[in-house]
Amino acid sequence: MENKQELILHLKEQIIKQLKLEDKKPEDIGDHAPLFVEGLGLDSIDALELIVLLQQEYNIKLRNAEEGQDVFRSVSTMADYILAHSS
Amino acid sequence: MGGTDYHITATVLLRNSIILKDDAVVFRSEEKGAAFLKEAYGQLGVEYPRFYKMDALSKMGLVAADVLLKNNFTTAYRPEQVGLVFSNRNASIEADAHYWEASQEYPSPALFVYTLPNIVIGELCIRYQFKGENAFFVSERFDAEWIHWYVSDLMKRNLLKACICGWVDVLDDRLDACLFLVEQEASGRSSTFTPGNLDQIYKKDYGK
Repeated sequence: MENKQELILHLKEQIIKQLKLEDKKPEDIGDHAPLFVEGLGLDSIDALELIVLLQQEYNIKLRNAEEGQDVFRSVSTMADYILAHSS
Repeated sequence: MGGTDYHITATVLLRNSIILKDDAVVFRSEEKGAAFLKEAYGQLGVEYPRFYKMDALSKMGLVAADVLLKNNFTTAYRPEQVGLVFSNRNASIEADAHYWEASQEYPSPALFVYTLPNIVIGELCIRYQFKGENAFFVSERFDAEWIHWYVSDLMKRNLLKACICGWVDVLDDRLDACLFLVEQEASGRSSTFTPGNLDQIYKKDYGK
């Protein structure tokens, strides 16, 4: 598994691809910037895509929907969750 | 018809590699399909953050509607006075096929939401804040008589003051949109809203 900074960069590239954010570059996404509403302005369908991304790329399933609010707060929180749950 | 005459106050034709607004070419490109729509989106200054996430049908509807309404549309209408009535032949087949292909590996929620043709209407309602009556019909061919009857009925019952109506069809790289802005009041170079006028505009030969 990569270190956190490498994982954050990789995650940004994956988010741009998976969510079709064609007008964004990895450097446009702050490590700690909110992913939803403000910040990247993602919506509920994007949240589902992020869940798919975790399952598809990291083989990680969220235990419950409430957990998602904390996990998907920012790219940094996503990276922390992945590092904590990767086998 | 007297008091029940309505008016086509603007038209847009987006077909393969050209876009015409009221007979005048506003955009032309050698690109086809999705690449054409992306180029048109950028060059015509259309702004909608969800553009890149949308299926080809919604992208085409958005670009065509933006050209149709730019410099033509009054904001005097209340949101519920503006409706949309679209039709096409191939429903959401492009989005359906993409979703099916993606599902072989993982079903994508973002692709799934576009597997209904009327989603293009929803996107336009979000973009322009329209809240009036809307409908999407799937038919073998452009049916001017039906569109005229349906939209006239909504106008006659005073459910709408304005309606964006017409044809939006995508199959492979073939784009075909013909939209009309129909209003109760005439303006500028408007023509009467009749099945004959709709057909004439839809079937226009623009030398391509």
